[in-house]
Amino acid sequence: MNISELLRREFRFLSRPLNLRSRLLLLAAAITIAVSLFFPLWRMHLVAPQYSDGLDLYIYTYKIVGGGLNGQHLNEINGLNHYIGMKPIQQADFLEMRWMPFVFGLIILMILRSIVFGSMGNLVDLFAVYCYFGIFSIASFWYRLYTYGHNLDPHAPVRIKPFTPLLIGVKQIANFREYSFPQLGAILLCASVLMIMLAGWFSRKEPFA
Amino acid sequence: MIKKENEMKTKLLFAGTVACAAFSLTSCFESSSTNKGYRAANASATYVAPGEKDEYYLFYSGGHSGQVFVAGIPSMRHITTIPVFSPYSGTGYGYDEESKKMLGQYTWGDVHHPALSQTQSKYDGRWLFVNDNANNRVARIDLRDFKTHQILGPIPNSMGNHGSSFVTENTEYLLVATRFSVPLPKGRVADPNDYPKEFNGMVSAIKVDPQTGNMSVAWQILTPPFDWDLASTGKGPSSGWAFWTSYNSEMAHDVLEVNSTQMDRDYSAIVNWRAAEQAVAQGKAQEMAGVPVLDPAKVPGILYFLPIGKSPHGVDTDPTGKWLAYGGKLQPSVTVVNFEKLKAAIDNKTFSGEVRGIPVVKYEAVVEGEVPVGLGPLHTQFDGVGNAYTSLFIDSNITKWKLPPWSDDERKDMTKTVLDKVPTHYSTGHLVVAGSDTAHPYGKWLVAMNKLSAGRHINVGPSQPESSQLIDITGAKMKMVYETYTEAEPHFAQILKVSDVQPIEAYPKQENHDPNAVWDKAQTGVTRNGNKVEAKVIAIRSRFIPDRIDAQVGDDLTIHVTNVEQTRDMIHGFGVVENNINMVMDPGETKTLHMKVTKPGVFPFYCTNFCSALHQEMQGYLVFANTGQPMPGAVYTNTPGAPQPGPTIPSVDTKGTATESPVPATENPEAGPPIPPASPNAASSASSNASAPASPAESASPQP
Repeated sequence: MNISELLRREFRFLSRPLNLRSRLLLLAAAITIAVSLFFPLWRMHLVAPQYSDGLDLYIYTYKIVGGGLNGQHLNEINGLNHYIGMKPIQQADFLEMRWMPFVFGLIILMILRSIVFGSMGNLVDLFAVYCYFGIFSIASFWYRLYTYGHNLDPHAPVRIKPFTPLLIGVKQIANFREYSFPQLGAILLCASVLMIMLAGWFSRKEPFA
Repeated sequence: MIKKENEMKTKLLFAGTVACAAFSLTSCFESSSTNKGYRAANASATYVAPGEKDEYYLFYSGGHSGQVFVAGIPSMRHITTIPVFSPYSGTGYGYDEESKKMLGQYTWGDVHHPALSQTQSKYDGRWLFVNDNANNRVARIDLRDFKTHQILGPIPNSMGNHGSSFVTENTEYLLVATRFSVPLPKGRVADPNDYPKEFNGMVSAIKVDPQTGNMSVAWQILTPPFDWDLASTGKGPSSGWAFWTSYNSEMAHDVLEVNSTQMDRDYSAIVNWRAAEQAVAQGKAQEMAGVPVLDPAKVPGILYFLPIGKSPHGVDTDPTGKWLAYGGKLQPSVTVVNFEKLKAAIDNKTFSGEVRGIPVVKYEAVVEGEVPVGLGPLHTQFDGVGNAYTSLFIDSNITKWKLPPWSDDERKDMTKTVLDKVPTHYSTGHLVVAGSDTAHPYGKWLVAMNKLSAGRHINVGPSQPESSQLIDITGAKMKMVYETYTEAEPHFAQILKVSDVQPIEAYPKQENHDPNAVWDKAQTGVTRNGNKVEAKVIAIRSRFIPDRIDAQVGDDLTIHVTNVEQTRDMIHGFGVVENNINMVMDPGETKTLHMKVTKPGVFPFYCTNFCSALHQEMQGYLVFANTGQPMPGAVYTNTPGAPQPGPTIPSVDTKGTATESPVPATENPEAGPPIPPASPNAASSASSNASAPASPAESASPQP
């Protein structure tokens, strides 16, 4: 098989129409993404002897919310962090929270476009953008954590070695045990990725009209 | 040798048996009760393991300590003290302006009878009311925060507020009565020799606002100068009625020990408080010292007397509202009155006479029986399943007996109604059964409050504590399972199931309506207007903002401190050395103090309630300069061009050495560069604060 043949097959594959099952799956993916916006993506749970019930931070695509009455845990975490000179965590600093909902809207639009135009090429576009966005977001989240843990005020009362709070898993930081895990929002987003992949799979051999 | 020893043992045993028989069955019972299995069973019944919680609150009155003690049941551990009538530096009570104002001119009170608020004769978990026997006051503790919120009094025309505070079935009123009689209105002087003529007692109704709990004196009923002792309110068939015991129907004014104990019976007051309420509404009262006062001789139908033997102490209405149990004190029996018969006797005017125009109900027509409980019966409590428990002061025990209906056999031999006795140590005054004064007692536990501990505890010198004993009443036989000690001096208690109350753990920021509360560093500072200096201060782990307050001798200084924490148990104190000040702010609370600056000097203030790892560092200075000689570093935020407590530069590290700072060190390390109030910097920082989420920590933490 020569290169030209390969390119032709690639072109033919990208022009394949999406069948009903795939389009319904895409619709489900769009709805799943829309629903995920209402749920937290991530939860950081901090437990110490003095905080036996734990302190919670819930991260949404567009906001960051503390656990407890009136989101009090965020204040408490900031209050504790000031001892080690960590910058207060505040939503206004999270620029990505302003554009993330917009990007999710864009992804949903691309899904709807794929449903309407109905070709494999649209789906590949969508998948590539979505994956890029997803990986970028996780990397940016990690960078946030790195920044918070490494830009410590040198005049803070308690000096500790710079650190990166854990993105996923369990870690001991001083007297706190940090549990950081994805929540329903993130799980729904993963499910939407899976649905998009399945949509492609189900139409991979779809005959041309 | 061995033989001799055996002989000795026999002798000792014999001696022991005789001693038991001769002196006290109690100690024999005890020695058998100290065996291992018995101890283990009792220990596990009251054991609340670390991390576990009690099932009930026990609210003890603190007597002349002026406080209320809170313990847990079954552990009996003292958990907290609620100061009511006495200053208490532990919670800063009586040091800030609000609590100082509540305490007024008094530094103590005598708390006797706590009463939980009720709705439909059931504890509603809202308030706890207590009386002050000494200064004729009542107070309301809110069970949302376990704090005293109102002290009412001294109540006009009322002297010796002992028969108090008894709540009506829906907390419409607290009903209280006078232990002492004086010439009324108060302030009038008469010769005690003219006691019967010139002196009077009073029954008072304190209205409770159903929403806020706010108390106010509603009306009063003038009484002869008997010494009213204790009371109970009705429910069910006795709904709308209340009952008091009295001693001194003799109306003696001296050597009461003798002169008030001559008659075989003293009068119980039977008060129809609904009728009294109505009579007041109909304008039948006359005003005395600003209170509508009813004269029961002129307004029939509100007060009746019932003779009860002898110098009775407690009267308690059973959970059904049908039976009244009077503790005879000086006669060895509890008199049980059938309220339905009492009501019929009143309706049919079955009277045996009258005293000062007040009808005396015929004793024989209303008494169900006299239960021979033993010597010195004082108070009776009920378990809701037909049993009554009476404290015997002289016999020193709790006696369990059966409420009516009684069989003919039992009526013939009333000793058969007495079911069980458990010794107490010693001389029990009050006792409490969980929920006894409601229509649906919890039962299960009884606490005996003993007046004498007499060496039961390790020796703590001549000032001896009181003893309290926990008794399990679930079985046919009462079982003493625990003993503990309290400071002076529980008179009565209330038991509330933990699940029937929902206290907060911090004051929500949204509910702090103190106009002087500050939550953000930008709002803090010291202002001067003439000789009035006012400081608005934030307390947060682990600093005060500002931590320097300047004033001059002759100034009126006001300091408001807001604890901006919202986390439970993050309490900050504001103690000022050599100034007799210790305010304590719970999370979310603002407190205020006023002082006249009288002496120059630099007085450190510091956090008195251990808060955090840097609690020791949480301190600052009150700088009191000599009049007219202000310190150059003094900062007043309302003075034009004055330095603002703006961006804070952490200028001192933990070791106390100066570190790099973009601002030249001045006498005031907290002061940043001068920023005019209208500068763009200030504006932008204000707007960013406005848009930021509620985050005191954010605004208060040092910024690099």
